[in-house]
Amino acid sequence: MNLFVFVKRVPDTESKIKINHETNSIVEEGLNFVLSPYDEYAVEEALQIREAKGGQVTVFSVGPDETQTILKKCLAMGADEAVLIKDGAGETYDSLRTAKIISQVLKTKHTQFDLLLFGKQSVGADSAQVPSMVAALLDLPQVNVVTDLEIEGNAGSALREIEGAREKVTFMLPAVVSAQKGLNEPRYETLKGIMAAKRKEIPVVTLEELGIQPDELTIQLELTKIESPPARERGKIIEDEPGEAAKKLAEFLHQDAKVI
Amino acid sequence: MILVYVECRDFKIKQSSLEALSEAKRRGDEIGIETTAVLVGHAVDALAPEVFRYGASKVYILENALLAHYSPSGFTQALVSLIEEIKPEIILFAATSMGKDLSPRLAAELGVSLASDCIQTAAKNGKLEVKRPIFAGKAFASFMLNSSPQMASLRPNVFPLAEPVDGHGETIKKEVVIPENQVKDKVTEILKAEGAELDVTEADIVVTGGRGMKGPENFDLLRELTAVLPHSALGASRSAVDAEWIDHQHQVGQTGKTVSPSLYMAFGVSGAIQHLAGMSSSKFIVAVNKDPDAPIFKVADFGIVGDLFQVIPPLKEELKKILSE
Repeated sequence: MNLFVFVKRVPDTESKIKINHETNSIVEEGLNFVLSPYDEYAVEEALQIREAKGGQVTVFSVGPDETQTILKKCLAMGADEAVLIKDGAGETYDSLRTAKIISQVLKTKHTQFDLLLFGKQSVGADSAQVPSMVAALLDLPQVNVVTDLEIEGNAGSALREIEGAREKVTFMLPAVVSAQKGLNEPRYETLKGIMAAKRKEIPVVTLEELGIQPDELTIQLELTKIESPPARERGKIIEDEPGEAAKKLAEFLHQDAKVI
Repeated sequence: MILVYVECRDFKIKQSSLEALSEAKRRGDEIGIETTAVLVGHAVDALAPEVFRYGASKVYILENALLAHYSPSGFTQALVSLIEEIKPEIILFAATSMGKDLSPRLAAELGVSLASDCIQTAAKNGKLEVKRPIFAGKAFASFMLNSSPQMASLRPNVFPLAEPVDGHGETIKKEVVIPENQVKDKVTEILKAEGAELDVTEADIVVTGGRGMKGPENFDLLRELTAVLPHSALGASRSAVDAEWIDHQHQVGQTGKTVSPSLYMAFGVSGAIQHLAGMSSSKFIVAVNKDPDAPIFKVADFGIVGDLFQVIPPLKEELKKILSE
């Protein structure tokens, strides 16, 4: 099995998000960048499939040079190879642009694969679009938000989370699958893995090498404003005998908030 | 023309699709373009009258037995042929599980970008500007949709439903021709979660338990509360999910679901930054926690410092009393 995993470098979920209103962007200084949490499940799933069926796991990321750090983490977890697709555009919030870059890599440079694994969304842009878009551009089946995956020969079956239920989806390989929390328990890097990852070269692919014309990557979502959410005011906090407190809360919900 | 994808599950239209249709009608009238809808599936034409009640002047029915069950590739093929024919300026989806799965595939197939999970739309010079949360709601970003067609998905439970009208319109049925091998990903079975629980993203009231619940058995207290409250769902904090007290489907926060119900009730939830991101846009927030310094109180409209195990039983009785009046 040739397993490809696509990962993204994002600020960790502890981050407080500050906005630079002049440049209309998120202040990156002081943020701790990590492998996007859902991508960890995708990497782990690829490793487990390789362990069960043999094959090779290659991890790709589109981003700046700093992205090497998360690719090294994936190598330390056990991935065989990592490839950086260098893109200096920063966060564009335009998933089609990213999907076009990835599909070009898969059409021209890394054309042999059985499964393309993604996290169900990156933490940050929160768009949840790239997996489906890559599937469309390469004319492949897709299953998103997957909590259970079975591969048998060249066919797959997955459970994906929907409102109050799970859908069982069947498909043929090659296919796009995006991982949801619950799919597996991502492993920690081993010391041996970390040492080996340090020595490993990560090849860099540039957009020029891929033969993508800049106008193909025109951003169609024009960012007009980034703002903080409206601040919430601290409301009424009471400390009372439980029965009395419950009564006051019920009254608040009924008479003031009018939600009950 | 604005085209709204109207989602059906079990031969019923999703409420969030009607919300999207209501918003489409408001913007369509403002821009001065027609609002239309599309239903995809098998034997879905009976649902057209309801779509007219929410402002669509035309409903396209894409009918094919192969589309009786959801398939992202199959549904996309069906929609692309319609869109190439009718050329809408704007295409809107509800950002449901299906909407979030299908809309990016369709967008890429059409070669356009998509703004997902929007919480606000505005008409500017005949085009749409949309606002969407980023970092699970720690910030909001606004975008002009510069593609043609313009595409966005709208977050459920955010846009007001229009007053239904006694509307009529034109039903246009299209036989869809799809080779069976073009249906590459097929839903073969739907496994319902325990009970017929409502999803946290769709509920008017979310009742959430955190680490303060102390164990899985105590979530029954919250289930009893949701049984009393209409249109409510059970939520959980990350620590409760990671302790395996409750399934991840219930998790609210940055690695779970982002919710905006009318009422969010947090029991024994401390209020980590990731959790606050996922629920701070709720209309009203109430919290019960032993720790007076718990960060959840900073966003609560009403808070009780106290033992949730002693507060929940009388609270349930009080709410029951109010609801029965």
